[in-house]
Order: sequence, then structure tokens, then C-alpha cells
Amino acid sequence: MYDSSPRRPPKRLAGAMSGRAVLASKLAADGRTSRVETLRSDGPLVLRPCHPKGPEPLTQRRHDIARVALAAGTAGPLGGDRYALDVHVGAGSTLVLSEVSAMLVLPGAEGGHSHMSITVCVENGATFVWWPEPIIAAANCDHRHDVRIALAPNARMVLREEILLGRHGESPGDFTGRLRVTRDGAALYDQQLSFGPSADGWDGAAVVDQGRAVGSIIAVDPDWTDMPPQATPFHKTAALTPLAGPGVAIGAVAPDSLALRRLLTQGLNELGPPWAI
Amino acid sequence: MQVHEIGKQAALLLLADGRLPAGGYAHSGGLEPAITAGRVTDVAGLERFLIGRTETAGSLAASFAAAACAGSQGGDLSGLPMLEAELDARIPSPELRKVSRDLGRQLRRAMNSIHPHSHFAALGRAPHQPVVMGVAAAVLGLGPREAALAILHENTAGAAAAAAKLMRIDPFEVHAILARMTARLDRLAVKAAEFVNRPFADLPAPGSPLTDIAAEHHRRSDVRLFAS
Repeated sequence: MYDSSPRRPPKRLAGAMSGRAVLASKLAADGRTSRVETLRSDGPLVLRPCHPKGPEPLTQRRHDIARVALAAGTAGPLGGDRYALDVHVGAGSTLVLSEVSAMLVLPGAEGGHSHMSITVCVENGATFVWWPEPIIAAANCDHRHDVRIALAPNARMVLREEILLGRHGESPGDFTGRLRVTRDGAALYDQQLSFGPSADGWDGAAVVDQGRAVGSIIAVDPDWTDMPPQATPFHKTAALTPLAGPGVAIGAVAPDSLALRRLLTQGLNELGPPWAI
Repeated sequence: MQVHEIGKQAALLLLADGRLPAGGYAHSGGLEPAITAGRVTDVAGLERFLIGRTETAGSLAASFAAAACAGSQGGDLSGLPMLEAELDARIPSPELRKVSRDLGRQLRRAMNSIHPHSHFAALGRAPHQPVVMGVAAAVLGLGPREAALAILHENTAGAAAAAAKLMRIDPFEVHAILARMTARLDRLAVKAAEFVNRPFADLPAPGSPLTDIAAEHHRRSDVRLFAS
């Protein structure tokens, strides 16, 4: 099982929530329209079909695709909670997963750490657009966020991740987030970020310095195999960088969430259509 | 394959020494880009930078050096291409991937002259520096933890040495930072070696966003003392 830094299994805390939600899309019999095949909410993770929330890369104004939003059924994750979300994008289908609001990660009443594990599988010819809202690591939280995405060789994907280090003006709790993307089984992008009182050096100039919002956009397109986009450092604290495979990472560090969103959008727009929003 | 051992403790010093002619002197480990961006201006900022760098890029290099060492100790280099691909995935900046491969190529050339071994020829044209360090450690009879410690020391001391050329700073203060970091380096080397029996996919992937971003700016800068 994938776990980069093993920790003791959590003791069960009173009131701790666990939930596993499942989402799957498939291509309809007409060979053109994508449909939601499985939509299983569980406790804190509420999945519901939705309309476009705002501008989207790749799928702007399309009506023949599957759109689902994740909503929070309860506050959290709180210390002690374990959430899991499994996403399957069936061959040839297009799925957009958005989020109703930011995810606020809080400490539990009895301490303990929280864990959220998201696995995504994108089959051949499928397109996955994951456009969530920020994760906010509140003071005293103790959270591990693991995202693992497996892409088929002929799959396309674009995702945004935004992490806020504490609510406004507060110091963040302990947070470790890892995002690993594989393509045809081989590693394409794998980055972990740890911060909080138990981590060292993250507030130095090598990691995020004074920035309290950090994020990235990862885009993968098999068409980039021969001709990847060029590296573009478009701001003092943001750059678009081609990966070793057919993908790009747009990384940005900013003082707050609005500035981060602006930088990431600017980076996305560097890619031009159909990515630009 | 029988690995010919030389004096082990001295071999570790040889590998970690910044005077090893492997090109390390031309790099500041991201310090010059951080100073250019105005993010490191004093001793305290330098210490935070060095700790953050060691905990992220340093640890990353250490765990890959340890894994490469463990793999080549048994004489089986077949896993190294996959290890290289895993490391590529953990370095978003193409400039830093290139720096790692430039330093790897130079380290391989140096080691192959100093202490020839068929393992060095078996590495690709431009292998990543931590992979070469791991293979070199195995060839010198050292283990994964020593490979990790060698690259942690080389990376950290290399960046610290650059500070004296880039900032108005008392060299004693720079070395005081390094002295305070010794226990950290030992601890990180032990941690790096804990992953050697696990799949490569499980190796740590600590990121350093501002280092990647600053490296891309630095490459495009007209006025620079260090290559990275």
C-alpha cells in the first residue's frame, strides 16, 4: 500500500468519522455523451451532479460530459477522521469534478490525526478535469492528504490543488500532502509538501518562505509527447515547467488564496486553448 | 560482482568532500537564486534556507542515493532506469533535472577515473547525481546510509560554501550553521536508508516549490556567479 512516511494507525477517537465515497463515469452507448455511472456518497463526502461552476479548462460550455461536485456533509476532516474518495473515469468518457466550498482541516476535540486518501483511475481516451477549492490547514490540525492518480497512456487530465497554510493570520497545524501521478504505470509527477510545527525549514526560502498559500496545476496530454510546452517562469513566485513526460506542472507560492488563484490561472492561460480559462 | 573495498571511513570522506573534482563548486544549491529573489538576506534567513533545502531536496537526494547503493551492492543495476524515472517525477523543474544529470555525469567521470569499476560504465549517459553517488558508495564498499550521508553533506556544505561568495557574511557563522545541522544530517541519512527495501514508488517525494521556481528564473538570468 502506498504510504510514503508510515505512521502509527490512529486510535479510534470518540466521534471520529470515516467514509468512502465512489464516483465513476462512462461513455454512453451513443459513443459521444459521458454519464455518471456510480455516485456513492458516504457520510462526510457528498457527491452530486452539478452544472458548471465557472470557467473550466478543456470542457468549457460542453453539455455532453459528466459533471459532479463534492460537498462537505459535515465539518472536517477533523482529527481522527479518515476519508476516502475513489474516482474512476471510464474509457472515452469526460468527467469534471468540482467542489462546492473549500475544505477546512481542523483538529479533533481529542486530538489525533486525520487522513484523506483519494485515488483516481483515468482510462484510455478519457479526460478528467479536477477543479476543487482550496484545502485550508487550520491551526493545530494534524492531517495527511494522499492523492494517487493512475492515467492510461492515452488519457488527458488537468487538476488544480491549492493549500492554505492556516486561516487568515494564524499559523498552520501539521499537514502533509502528497500528489502522485503515474502514466501507464510509470511515475510522471510526485510531490509532497509538509509544513506545521512538526516540520522544519518549510518557512525558509527553499520551500515557501513567507508564502501562506501554495498550489499547482498539473496538466497531462498525450499530444505533448513529442512537443511539450516550454518552461515559463511567469512571475517571481510562479513558473510553468514541463515534466519529464507529456505533462506540465504550474507551481505557485503566494501570500493568500486570491493571489494564488490569480497566479495559477495566469499559468494555465500560458498554455493557450483549450486549457485557458 | 566482487566489489573491491578501500578504507571505508576515508572513502566516505572522499565522496563527501567538496574538493572532489565533480563540478559541485559551480553550483550554489539554489542559494544564489534565493538571494537574487531577495528571499535570503541575513544569517537567520540563510539557516532557514539551508534547513529547508536539506529537509526537502537534500532528503530526496539522500533517499535515492541510498536506494541506488542498495541496488548496486548486489551487483544488480537493472532497477536504476526506473529509479531515474522516479527521481525525474519528483523534480518539476527541467532546469533542476538537468543540473542533477550534469552533476551526475561529472561525478561518474570523476569516480571512473579515481576508482574504475564496470558499474560506472553501466550507468546511462547522464545519470542523476544521487544515483551515481549511490553506485559510487557501493563500489567503495559503503552502505546506503553512508551514501545518503555523503550526498546530504555535499549538498548542504556546497550551498553553505557559496554563501561566503554571495553574501556579506562571517564564514564562522556559516560553519556554525553547519555545526548545528550535523545531528539533522545524521538523522536524515538514517531515515533515507529506511526505504531501501521498499518499492521505488514509496520513496519520499519532498517538494521545494520556491527552489523549482527560482531555478527557472536563474537559468534566464544574465548576471550569475553559479550555474544553479
